[in-house]
Amino acid sequence: MASLVARNIVKFIVLMFAVSVVTFVLVGISPIDPVQANVGQSAYASMSEDQRADLARYWGTGTPLFERYINWASAFIQGDMGTSLRFNAPVSEVLVNRSFNTLALMALAWVLSGIFGLAMGIVAGIKQGTLIDRIIKGYCFVLASTPTFWLALIVLMVFAVWLGWFPIGFSAPIGKSAADITIFDLLHHIILPALTLSVVGVANVALHTREKTIDIMESDYIRFAQARGMSRLQAARKHGLRNLALPAISLQFASISEIFGGSVLVEQVFSYPGLGQAAVNAGVGSDVALLVGITLVSAAIVFGGNLIANILYRVIDPRIKRRGDAL
Amino acid sequence: MSRKHLFANEESALHEGNDASLQAASVQAATLSAQGFELPTVFHRPAVRRFNNRRQTKLICLVSAAILVAIALIGVLLMPVAMESDLSQARQAPSFEHPFGTDNLGHDMLIRTVAGLSTSIGIGLFAALVSSIIALILGTVAALGGKKADACITWLTDLMLGIPHIVFLLLISYALGKGFWGVALGVAFTHWPSLCRVIRAEVLQVKQSSYVAVARSLGRSPLYIALHHVLPAVLPQYLVGLILMFPHAILHEAAITFLGFGLPPEQPAIGIILSESMSYLSVGMWWLAVFPGLALLLVVLLFDRAGQGLRRLLDPARAQE
Repeated sequence: MASLVARNIVKFIVLMFAVSVVTFVLVGISPIDPVQANVGQSAYASMSEDQRADLARYWGTGTPLFERYINWASAFIQGDMGTSLRFNAPVSEVLVNRSFNTLALMALAWVLSGIFGLAMGIVAGIKQGTLIDRIIKGYCFVLASTPTFWLALIVLMVFAVWLGWFPIGFSAPIGKSAADITIFDLLHHIILPALTLSVVGVANVALHTREKTIDIMESDYIRFAQARGMSRLQAARKHGLRNLALPAISLQFASISEIFGGSVLVEQVFSYPGLGQAAVNAGVGSDVALLVGITLVSAAIVFGGNLIANILYRVIDPRIKRRGDAL
Repeated sequence: MSRKHLFANEESALHEGNDASLQAASVQAATLSAQGFELPTVFHRPAVRRFNNRRQTKLICLVSAAILVAIALIGVLLMPVAMESDLSQARQAPSFEHPFGTDNLGHDMLIRTVAGLSTSIGIGLFAALVSSIIALILGTVAALGGKKADACITWLTDLMLGIPHIVFLLLISYALGKGFWGVALGVAFTHWPSLCRVIRAEVLQVKQSSYVAVARSLGRSPLYIALHHVLPAVLPQYLVGLILMFPHAILHEAAITFLGFGLPPEQPAIGIILSESMSYLSVGMWWLAVFPGLALLLVVLLFDRAGQGLRRLLDPARAQE
């Protein structure tokens, strides 16, 4: 157990190191000049040499890549993630603010898609070959091919613009001071993006659960339960459900990477101030420190999800529990 | 004609699964009953007459491929027309003349959409090819190149999957200065990990098979074994993986362009069209978002269909699903 924890800590540190190097190199070789991208062409042209040199120092364009990385890494080890030049605030502060929104959005979508996916998968599996099974299967196949951001646009258009049931964007009403914002306001703003995000995540779990349900419904213990006089539905509920729920949950954890990717797009459409929107902003504005910070946080979230999934797989299936198995 | 003979006829028709002979048999039966013969009871006969699965699948594959090629070609031809704007025709709702409506500058949205889809299919083709070749090489090296190579490639795969795909695409596109090559190379360099895993597993399986062991003890060189035994065995998986990569590649291209890291705004692309449409949603120009998105969805579904069909054709064990 102790070696397991230690190994995962080492794995995590190596991952963070690799991700930060990759991000720095990718941003470093970019031909985009952060100064010109942020200041604007006309303003840049009318500046004096001194001002330009100042700006170059501010954005760190003069220093070589390796040196920049060393500076960043040594500060990072001491807990300083640098300053976001775009938001004019410490990166850690921006990350904490934004993470709250994104995590709330992802958690809600994650739970909803898990519940819907599980339910749809079980129904389709029990009623295999019937009309309802075909409808659910078709729905999942179509959803898996639907561009997330397009779905978000349509949802926004129908429910926010036409019907006016939900606000068009942001995580709270504009013009209200932070103290006046109620939990109801926050919920009102999060429902539409979260629903959109969850709809996209459903297909994966539903199809997987369907396959599993079909396997289980053909098993000896379900047949035995039915022989004892239980109905198909009862047998599925009493004996099938617990065999289905855990694999679905671990699959959900393993798909966190996709949900995060979806949240970037959904946040962009709904102008929802989360990590994804900040990442797009940082990319557009060449905000290296923030970009590195967000990449690290997203990689950490994915790592956490995969770790939980792997632990759950071991808990569910004792056959995987081998000594020295890489977790 | 004896009863037995009729049965045999029906039966052989069913065995062959041949529609024509089945029909001939039933016609024969009808004429016989008209002549006053007693008709035998047929116990097994398909309730609905249909194509057999393989033929149906082949047809689906061919039709999807044909539609996709047609869209790609027509799109290329329409590219110059798609750039033309006609301000007198601006902001028109869908009509017979402009089935998808027109945008703020009077571009015909149907033409723009087809041109954009063609660009997407082109990028998807390029990206899927590059990605699948990377996957083939890395997967084979991981399986055959010894423990260290395997560990390195497995680690690299994990690293690739450890960063959310969209974030990785953003970074690569940014590194290449955005634009066409930013998105094309970004999509090309990030789609190989899952196929790489499949190919690695497949090659490992072949490596342990007895026919490879025999070839080795006959003194065949590793290169000979790779080309004559391993490659043919993994080719089906590779082809299916390649085609199933298209939908992902196209969706990611559109997404990254939508976020502003892909194709430049003057180029007709679905991502551009949809991000532009966002400004006109509140004005009620719904057609700008609905139809181009639907068209993209359709193309992705077609690729998916073609890939799944090909998988069934190449993997007879699953063909009847």
